[in-house]
Amino acid sequence: MPDDPTNGTAPTAGAGAPAPAVPDAQATDEVTMYLWRGDPGGGEFQEYVLPAQEGEVVLDVVHRVQATLAPDLACRWNCKAGKCGSCSVEINGHPRLMCMTRMDSLPPGEPVTVAPMRTFPILRDLVTDVSYNYEVAKRIPPFAPREKTDDERQAGGYRMAQIDVERSQEFRKCIECYLCQDVCHVIRDHEENKTAYAGPRFFARSAELEMHPLDTTDRRELLQRELGLNKCNITKCCTEVCPEHIKITDNAIIPLKERVVDAAYDPIAWLGRKIRRRTKRSASEAAALAPAAGPAAVQPDAPVRGIPMPERIPVPVGTMTGTPDPDADADADADADADADADGGAGAGAGGGDRDGAATPDA
Amino acid sequence: MTEYETHEFDVVIIGAGGAGLRAAVEARAQGLRTALVCKSLLGKAHTVMAEGGVAASLGNVYPEDNWEVHFRDTMRGGKMLNNWRMAQLHAQEAPDRVRELEDWGALFDRTKDGLILQRDFGGHRYARLAHIGDRTGLELIRTLQQKAVADGIEVFMEVKAVRLVHDTTGAVAGLVGYHRPSGEFVVFRAKAVVLATGGVGKSWKYTSNSWESTGDGLAMALWAGADVIDMECVQFHPTGMVWPLSVRGLLVTEGVRGDGGVLRNSEGVRFMFNYIPPMFAAETADTEEEADRWYEDHSAGRRTAELLPRDEVARAINSEVKAGRGSPHGGVFLDIATRRSAEYIRRRLPSMYHQFKELAGVDITVDPMEVGPTCHYVMGGVRVDADTAATTVPGLFAAGEVAGGMHGANRLGGNSLSDLLVFGRRAGIGAAEYAAGRVGPITLDEGELEVAVCGATAPLGREDGESPYDIHHDLQETMQNLVGIIRTGSELEEAMAELDVLEERAGRVAVSGTRVYNPGWNLATDLPSMLTVSRCATLGAIHRKESRGGHTRDDFPAADPELGKVNFVQRIPGDADHTGGPGSCPSTRTISIAPEPLLVMPDELQALFEEDH
Ligand SMILES: Cc1cc2nc3c(=O)[nH]c(=O)nc-3n(C[C@H](O)[C@H](O)[C@H](O)COP(=O)(O)OP(=O)(O)OC[C@H]3O[C@@H](n4cnc5c(N)ncnc54)[C@H](O)[C@@H]3O)c2cc1C
Ligand code: SF4
Ligand code: SF4
Ligand code: FES
Repeated sequence: MPDDPTNGTAPTAGAGAPAPAVPDAQATDEVTMYLWRGDPGGGEFQEYVLPAQEGEVVLDVVHRVQATLAPDLACRWNCKAGKCGSCSVEINGHPRLMCMTRMDSLPPGEPVTVAPMRTFPILRDLVTDVSYNYEVAKRIPPFAPREKTDDERQAGGYRMAQIDVERSQEFRKCIECYLCQDVCHVIRDHEENKTAYAGPRFFARSAELEMHPLDTTDRRELLQRELGLNKCNITKCCTEVCPEHIKITDNAIIPLKERVVDAAYDPIAWLGRKIRRRTKRSASEAAALAPAAGPAAVQPDAPVRGIPMPERIPVPVGTMTGTPDPDADADADADADADADADGGAGAGAGGGDRDGAATPDA
Repeated sequence: MTEYETHEFDVVIIGAGGAGLRAAVEARAQGLRTALVCKSLLGKAHTVMAEGGVAASLGNVYPEDNWEVHFRDTMRGGKMLNNWRMAQLHAQEAPDRVRELEDWGALFDRTKDGLILQRDFGGHRYARLAHIGDRTGLELIRTLQQKAVADGIEVFMEVKAVRLVHDTTGAVAGLVGYHRPSGEFVVFRAKAVVLATGGVGKSWKYTSNSWESTGDGLAMALWAGADVIDMECVQFHPTGMVWPLSVRGLLVTEGVRGDGGVLRNSEGVRFMFNYIPPMFAAETADTEEEADRWYEDHSAGRRTAELLPRDEVARAINSEVKAGRGSPHGGVFLDIATRRSAEYIRRRLPSMYHQFKELAGVDITVDPMEVGPTCHYVMGGVRVDADTAATTVPGLFAAGEVAGGMHGANRLGGNSLSDLLVFGRRAGIGAAEYAAGRVGPITLDEGELEVAVCGATAPLGREDGESPYDIHHDLQETMQNLVGIIRTGSELEEAMAELDVLEERAGRVAVSGTRVYNPGWNLATDLPSMLTVSRCATLGAIHRKESRGGHTRDDFPAADPELGKVNFVQRIPGDADHTGGPGSCPSTRTISIAPEPLLVMPDELQALFEEDH
């Protein structure tokens, strides 16, 4: 099928199978799934073997497991169309949406492993507790528009040029799947960082507000002091896993970092970048406007856990070399960076997981 | 009496789609203690899938547009079965509701003058749909979600409401549900409850709807004594994906046709020109040349036949396939590749581009799509008062897809998102005013509460019994095959018999495991709603012995003017025997149905239609 030619280009560990363009699957008539089953206390991968069916995505197979073999298998999903961001998991070690991962895009004949996102506490089976993200969302000071001009009041709405709304529109494509949060090494294996780190999703949200033609709030101090913008060392793993192909690092984080530097040295320069901006609030004023339930509601003592990877999973070792992080080290936070590499398997998985055609920048 | 986790609020809203969120924002703005309860995580509701846009006569692209034209289009699209007052309020208030989203951070695509851009959609005389590419629902959800969070509204996510609970006076005074992650039950006491639970598509096999669309709100309203109307009016969207099978039913937005895409049969013919009904003949192009001129400039020709209302297009596709002129996988072709540049397609329809590329391996800038009808929307729903969204039971309000009346027998594209905003807000105000007037402590009917909990947990105790997945599967087959896009009396009777059997089977459903995040159990608790909704749709279809809008009877192919004057109203009589239903819910056999006259439209609005005759 006219699939992306990425299938099998990254050498997989062990087998080293070159996977020559296999047209239209059906090489085998069975699929073997390793699905993680368990709860906060622990668990393991269980094997399920089903007949293969044409054109299926991973979520279809998981549903068939529920309907025929394991009726209580927990997984989240809603739309089955890549639009709601509910079905995030790690497939063969790569953070992916189950509903947008076609079975025939995975190495044929090999078992498929599906594990819950590792960065968030497990609720059950493939379902994690993503409340951390909802707590961070509350800490971002909300949108606060400028006044309408007389002309706008008459025209019946704000006037904005298409070109000015497009930058923020990119970030508003976000479906809140939290795969970028899952892959970000700053919190992936560092529960303790969660209280002071917003993560890529919320850097993108902040950038969206920062670049919104109407918004008037200055969030830079908050981002730097409380939301951990400085902890990001631009590894771009988040960008690579984003199913919406949002350029989180290049278009959100790097510009934010620049603006934060501006804030420290030259507030006027920053003001100049904002389009048709009138008044602005300081970060502390803005923070005061954030809802009461806000700060520090994240549980610092959530259970720490690690998912044992079954030996037979083809862990994409070495694919990290394809990612551009080495040159990002310049302004990196040293200890955070070291952790990224310590986490061989899944962290690296993000790098190799570009089967859906997500451009791997300058690989 | 068991102790349950209990919360008390002035207003509790069930559902966090567009309607629920908008209602919550409004109730909160009225200064009331407001809570939102939803089955999924916040921001994931079905509304997120809406693609094409939100209809409002802003007049940014065609200044000659106004609420009266929108009102007229809506009523005609609904084959005049609509609640005229709802259609009027909707057309009048939609522009303000859309602009208000901008004040809360939404970023619509812009016109050259910097205003909100609007696109063409079926049944709308002018380009009327405000949009953001083809992800308008996401923008709407995110904007309202962020507003709700900023306003400090309490959200109870992944809580499934099971039953509404009355107080001793017979007014609705709260609900009982369970936390999906823990399986623990939770009770809400409230002065007013707003239903905003969305649609019913999951009773059919091929549907564009998300898993949440199991009709819980409709069923809960019926069980609580409320009236529902027009349940035979189910919309089959003409363009769902047909291949691969695993995504069959997934929506292909009407925006593809709005932006120039055309429908062709296997012979390459643009067949829609052969299916123009008399009602729309005067304003529809009858040649391809005229239609194509219209795309460039709406004053240079009449609108293209591809943009007739959805019921017309769905039936036409159905006929082409039946006549053997379908595509390889049983649909027809939707072609935009030969009509617009690749760059234009990718910019205007990015999600469609990705959806086909990633799920079907089809590049829509090069090849045509294969499409066919898919169960999409229920026009029928809980009967409400247009101005306040009050149902026929005190204390209970309803807005959004769960409410009936606004769209009559067929909904126009884009009119749902605007419906959510207009009536979500009105429900918020209606509920707030009611709550403010309700004094004294709230005492829930404990018996009712216990029955609900027992019914919901019963499947866990059974040693052996039916799998909920099997029952769901069989229900979907029944509804798809017997109560689908084209209906006929004998098949509907067959469906009634099947539903009896399914209901009996649902009474012995068994699930394994615990209550902790157990989808099997969750599905078992959705079955009573799906069965109830299916029965309503079938009953309504049996009684409406005519074809009108989304309801097509093979054995009564014409519209009957007499039936055009009534709604079919269904309810469960107060003295009905409540034993024997699935999950301790009233048996669906106790649902009664009767025609009741439509509301009478005032003369000045009636005049808007005179020119038609
Ligand atoms: C693919 C697609 C595209 C569409 N495109 C458009 C479009 O372009 N324009 C347009 O106008 N319309 C469109 N529609 C229709 C429109 O999206 C829906 O009609 C509308 O979003 C319904 O919104 P709602 O607020 O009523 O309910 P929903 O968005 O369906 O939300 C229902 C809410 O109720 C909750 N809920 C349900 N049952 C329970 C329960 N038992 N307990 C607790 N919570 C519960 C759910 O969790 C959810 O939060 C489209 C529909 C689909 C499927
Ligand atoms: S670039 Fe790397 S460190 Fe920065 S947010 Fe993305 S994943 Fe985290
Ligand atoms: S930015 Fe991308 S990866 Fe991150 S939550 Fe949003 S859609 Fe998911
Ligand atoms: S189910 Fe919605 S993104 Fe996968």
